[in-house]
Amino acid sequence: MHRYIPHTEEEIKEMLQEIGVGSIDELFVDVPKTIDGYKIPDGKDEFTVRKIVETLAQKNKAFQPENVFLGAGIYYHYIPTVVKHLAANPNFLTAYTPYQAEVSQGTLQMLFEYQTMMCELTGMEVANSSMYDGASSFAESLLMATRITGKYKMLVAKTINPEYRTVARTYTSPIGIKIEEIGYTELGAVNLDELKAKLDDETAAVAVAYPNFFGVIEDLKTIRSFIRQNVIFIVVAEPVSLALLEAPGTFGADIVVGEGQSLGVTPNLGGPGIGFFTTLEKHVRKMPGRLIGQTKDLDGKTGYVMILQTREQHIRREKATSNICSNQAYIALINAIYLSIMGPQGLKEVAYRSYNNAHYLAKKLEEAGFPRIFTGEFFNEFVVRVSTDYRNRWHEMAKDGILGPIPIDRVYKELGPSALVCATEVNTKESMDRLVEVMRK
Amino acid sequence: MTIFELSKPGRKGYELPTYDVPDSGCNIPEHLLRKKPPMLPEVSEVDVVRHYTNLALKNYSVDRGFYPLGSCTMKYNPKINEDMAILFTQLHPFQPRETIEGAVELMGHLKELLCEITGTDDMTLQPAAGAHGELTGLLIARAYFEDIGELGKRKKVIVPDSAHGTNPASAGMAGFEVIEIKSGPDGCVDLEELKKHLDETVAVIMLTNPNTLGLFEKDILTIAKMAHDVGALLYYDGANLNAIMGRTRPGDMGFDIVHLNLHKTFSTPHGMGGPGSGPIGVKSPLAQYLPVPVVRKSGEKYELDYNLPKSIGMVRTFYGNFLVLVKAYTYILTMGGKGLKHVSDMAVLNANYLRAKLSKTFKIAYDRICMHEFVIDNEEFAKKTGVKTLDIAKRLLDYGLHAPTIYFPLIVHEAMMIEPTETESKQTLDAFVEAMEKIAKEAQENPQLVKGAPYTTPVRRLDDVNATKYPVFRFKR
Ligand SMILES: Cc1ncc(COP(=O)(O)O)c(C=O)c1O
Repeated sequence: MHRYIPHTEEEIKEMLQEIGVGSIDELFVDVPKTIDGYKIPDGKDEFTVRKIVETLAQKNKAFQPENVFLGAGIYYHYIPTVVKHLAANPNFLTAYTPYQAEVSQGTLQMLFEYQTMMCELTGMEVANSSMYDGASSFAESLLMATRITGKYKMLVAKTINPEYRTVARTYTSPIGIKIEEIGYTELGAVNLDELKAKLDDETAAVAVAYPNFFGVIEDLKTIRSFIRQNVIFIVVAEPVSLALLEAPGTFGADIVVGEGQSLGVTPNLGGPGIGFFTTLEKHVRKMPGRLIGQTKDLDGKTGYVMILQTREQHIRREKATSNICSNQAYIALINAIYLSIMGPQGLKEVAYRSYNNAHYLAKKLEEAGFPRIFTGEFFNEFVVRVSTDYRNRWHEMAKDGILGPIPIDRVYKELGPSALVCATEVNTKESMDRLVEVMRK
Repeated sequence: MTIFELSKPGRKGYELPTYDVPDSGCNIPEHLLRKKPPMLPEVSEVDVVRHYTNLALKNYSVDRGFYPLGSCTMKYNPKINEDMAILFTQLHPFQPRETIEGAVELMGHLKELLCEITGTDDMTLQPAAGAHGELTGLLIARAYFEDIGELGKRKKVIVPDSAHGTNPASAGMAGFEVIEIKSGPDGCVDLEELKKHLDETVAVIMLTNPNTLGLFEKDILTIAKMAHDVGALLYYDGANLNAIMGRTRPGDMGFDIVHLNLHKTFSTPHGMGGPGSGPIGVKSPLAQYLPVPVVRKSGEKYELDYNLPKSIGMVRTFYGNFLVLVKAYTYILTMGGKGLKHVSDMAVLNANYLRAKLSKTFKIAYDRICMHEFVIDNEEFAKKTGVKTLDIAKRLLDYGLHAPTIYFPLIVHEAMMIEPTETESKQTLDAFVEAMEKIAKEAQENPQLVKGAPYTTPVRRLDDVNATKYPVFRFKR
């Protein structure tokens, strides 16, 4: 007997009898018995389990959000209390994919609203109901570009998050997609001359990040003006910034993807977060992932169902637009609750404070001898020149409770000693001033 | 009503602290500044609380009742798992290595436990779901064949026609050609059929075992030998691991690459569709191709190994859905080795009990001892009564139950795939049987009643044909 498993000895006997076998073992006649149980210790009571996991948790160091200056794709923002309370509802947490729509209207309506919010933020026409994370979402956008164009050459800005580019290579090389990287200028933005030179008739897509990995706000308008209409324009966007920055859809993006963790999700050591995926209606049949649509029931009442499922693996099998099945729907819920609470004004204030804090910090760091490496206008992250022993300093700072700007010279070797600084609305003036003091030491 | 319709301009649900950072002024070029604010809801905190609480009331869930969705292992999701995950939410994936000692150790322990459970030598915890694991596993196979100079000739992946759609879809994404083989009359892999297609052009055979009919592939050891004799690899879809724990291991059966669904077998909640987690275990010759980083024991400690020159790269950022890993780890600590065996024993007992009882009223596809699930074949029933599997499923909703998986596997027409899991009591199973018997009776006496179901749910049957024909993707004013 176990507290999660209700069978009494008596019931087991009755059930075996009903089945017509004499023992549990008889149910496993087809199974080659290759082991006699696992070499795994016996189960434990809740109290003991708690102690074991808590002991592990205590071996980590969590930082006060105001002392975090590390972003690079995962951000600390303030998360209103109601978010976790509402999301903890077991009718969300312990439901599965809305296969039976009539008893999943909560899930379906929530996802429909989430899709609407993502369309609004990105300025796009269609959003799916989630991908695994920002990187896989980006990788799938390249696969989609090939499906639309029948072409295999991708021009990808080097200013896109390095891990995203790694994941994209892993996803795309098996089907013969060639990724060519486009360098950056002293602005820290994509090199337009190089882009122009590499663009040709074989090009399926051009992909840039907005803001990019260096925090620089790419000029989407100018970039789009260089790209012919039939080349797919992919933008990897940071969703909080989109409350302040013009929506990529306005500039003619075909696909806008990214990581949604910054919308109310705790950092979680990087997962779960959520990949968002948005596009235009004309491309929708080439799109990966689940889509929720509005409809009517027999009585004419509004309801929601999964739509356009013939793109998906359970119907189209090897010709599906993606293999994705389980996704990150629960994180979509968190995004939707967060965006409902913040509204357009709250999100804009968060974006502006993040922007302003970063600019305050950039100025202070410059005065303290850490100049910015790039001159382009940035959102809430920027790259500074640091000394050669900065990496050690970074580890030292962590001991003092500061999660400092991350050294990036291992992934961008050409930059030399450099660090990516991040600020959001949770950093205070005091904490930023302290960072500057500590970095100066 | 949607949350957008609750919105009133100027209303708000947030409050930020007073702000004392000097304003540096906005220098974003005019054309890159947002002109029209996004239409997000403008609502109060109470509005938000009521909206989402009411939405949740429209959902069925494991915490509400029986959820026998075949192939999905909708077992109870222990509450302590959630509490343990919360202990790790504040960690940044890029924070210094020495500040995440406990998290790395947890991943190391979990990996060792899962290697023991799967009978594999090494593992990645990075994939975010089962299908993601499949893609990872097939990319590993691809890297292996490339490395030994055989990728040129090995282009095919064999999947049985009973396979889940993600198997062929993943194979396609990994750049392979998919060969679908017909199942034999007993519902298992037909060895003759397999032989016809199996040669040195085959890279991988993907199998689910027990398969999606809930039947154990009794020839598995032979199949493994056949695969290895032609130099192919054998891939294990772990969706159905809940049937065999403590008795056998995929690695022992001869599988080279194994995925797990932690959101199935290891009790992590399904969250309306995710997040899940799909670790991939491999036999040692394949370990060098795993995505980075790999968690490895080094002395007394665990390390994150990025130094795999032949790695396939990464399939997503960072370490995977880490919080899901914490939940699965908590579950394994709770159950222990013996407990996990008990899980499978009771899961298989429950399925067979339901099968035995339901076989009196419904036709079971391949009616013999099953594993943790089985499939009802309603083709004749539908011909006789006009009531289809879909109708029965909808009627079950009126009885306060979730329907089983329907129309999968594809090889059984009018399929209804039932997986009770071990956490359900005999009373629950009996109540399900009673509902199914009543519906069968209704189908004879008053088929229209069943065909019009459900009646008691928040909405009635929805028009999904027009929903796809004239799609409405988002709310518009
Ligand atoms: C047999 C089988 N294989 C693979 C999968 C895919 O797993 P996931 O949904 O976690 O991607 C499923 C899931 O539903 C399944 O039932």
